[in-house]
Amino acid sequence: MDDLRELYQDTILDHNKKPRNFRVLDDANREADGRNPLCGDALTLYARVSDDGRVEEVTFQGTGCAISKASASLMTDFVKNKTLEEVQNDFERFHRLVTSLPSEPAEIDGLGKLAVFAGVREFPVRVKCATLAWHALRAAIEDEGKVAKTE
Amino acid sequence: MKFDAEQIRKDFPILETRMRGHTLTYLDSAASAQKPRAVIDAISDFYSSHYANIHRGVYQLSAEATLRYEEVRSQIAKFIGAPDPREVIFVRNATEAINLVARSWGEKEIGRGDEIVLTTMEHHANIVPWQMLAERVGATLRVAAIFDDGVLDVDHLVSLLGRRTRLLAFSAVSNALGTINPVSELTAIARERGITTLVDGAQAVPHQPVDVAALGCDFYAFSGHKVFGPSGAGVLYGRLPLLESMPPFLGGGDMIENVSFKGTSYAPVPQKFEAGTPDIASVIGLGAAIDYLEAIGMDRIATYEHSLLVHATERLLTIPGLRIIGTAKEKAAVISFVLDDAHPHDVGTVLDGEGIAIRTGHHCAQPLMNRMGVPATARASLTFYNTRDDIDRLVAALHKTRELFH
Repeated sequence: MDDLRELYQDTILDHNKKPRNFRVLDDANREADGRNPLCGDALTLYARVSDDGRVEEVTFQGTGCAISKASASLMTDFVKNKTLEEVQNDFERFHRLVTSLPSEPAEIDGLGKLAVFAGVREFPVRVKCATLAWHALRAAIEDEGKVAKTE
Repeated sequence: MKFDAEQIRKDFPILETRMRGHTLTYLDSAASAQKPRAVIDAISDFYSSHYANIHRGVYQLSAEATLRYEEVRSQIAKFIGAPDPREVIFVRNATEAINLVARSWGEKEIGRGDEIVLTTMEHHANIVPWQMLAERVGATLRVAAIFDDGVLDVDHLVSLLGRRTRLLAFSAVSNALGTINPVSELTAIARERGITTLVDGAQAVPHQPVDVAALGCDFYAFSGHKVFGPSGAGVLYGRLPLLESMPPFLGGGDMIENVSFKGTSYAPVPQKFEAGTPDIASVIGLGAAIDYLEAIGMDRIATYEHSLLVHATERLLTIPGLRIIGTAKEKAAVISFVLDDAHPHDVGTVLDGEGIAIRTGHHCAQPLMNRMGVPATARASLTFYNTRDDIDRLVAALHKTRELFH
């Protein structure tokens, strides 16, 4: 169970059970769907971005596995009040963390609570679950107006 | 004679493999079955001592390879009750078999305004080729409903059959639910109305005796890799007059009689449908797999698997919050389920941590998942190399899963 506890850390289990910012954002000005067709994961990401390019509010709704739900929940807390540029950097850092080799030291600088997702590296097939919300967020803030997929 | 699954397990080298520190518990044979040593050895021996291209050389090696390849055709005809070996077409898998029928028979026989009847429980392989055909020719798909327990609503299916119905295509056994469909009843209903039938037998052939002549179907498709043979060889059975009336599927070498730039005449069935060098070694391996199955006996396999299914179902239902999706009385050894607190993917990952391989997701049957009201399920599929110990390990791991997510 060691690898599993590494993956399913208490923070992840907690956010899976009680996802934060789990609601429709009525005054959202950005929105995108994220889908993993193979898993059946489906979420919608809502964001309100200010005129000067700051993410004032971000929420999500949908169904998914513990990893995708916890990742969405932690992400919404993490990116709130950041500039679009900062969010883009966060996306790249998070992506690097979960796709790096398990044998390498995990680069968790600046990722705060998101460091709990380092365990995903041991389970490559779950990377797409961890990154689904991030892809949807990027699609929403770039306002591509399309469905983000991680597979 | 008692069925000795422990002894049979020794025929499958991969079952000795360690997975994340545990002995592998393989419960995903409905996705692809593991291979007995007899199959692995047959492929190795064929490449080591007997390999050459078929239907070409005048030299002995090629003549012998051709003979072995054609012997497997006859062997398979006998195994599935096809009256004539020419009715057995080698393809890559059931998917290719269905696409062959959709392209060749479908484009010839189905036109604008015609109807194709399917069922809600079909695998994407028995949906998408028909959908593509319908789009090309302007035909319509009609879909027979199922009940909440996963049983086909035959009355609804019959109500869909009309003047314009050209084809009824359905699975013998549902890959996602395990439901066994009343194949001969359905083919009889179709025959009365002059409707052609295609049976997707991918989940039936590995688990029960199959007699296509008795079933009365026009086409029957299955994959070799689910019948304990290698991946890369599958079978399309078709009634000879139908196959003879159909245009070729793929053009190329081996399927011709005479080629000139003015025009080409085609080889007779079955060569007409086997363009290019096939996966010869996989066909040889498939022959070894059929030998292996016949030595055990399909009847004995079906009886053993049924007892395992009953046992596993009872045990799984002791887990609080576990719900089985697909509870037909006539069921193959496939158990799809969901847990209250854990998403199927998390179930799959926790089980993987215990060395247990199950399938999670939509099982290539998205319309069926929608009908059953679940985005995905976890699926344990059993076969004759599984034992009660495997079920015990599965149940213990599901208890652990529950504790983790509760």
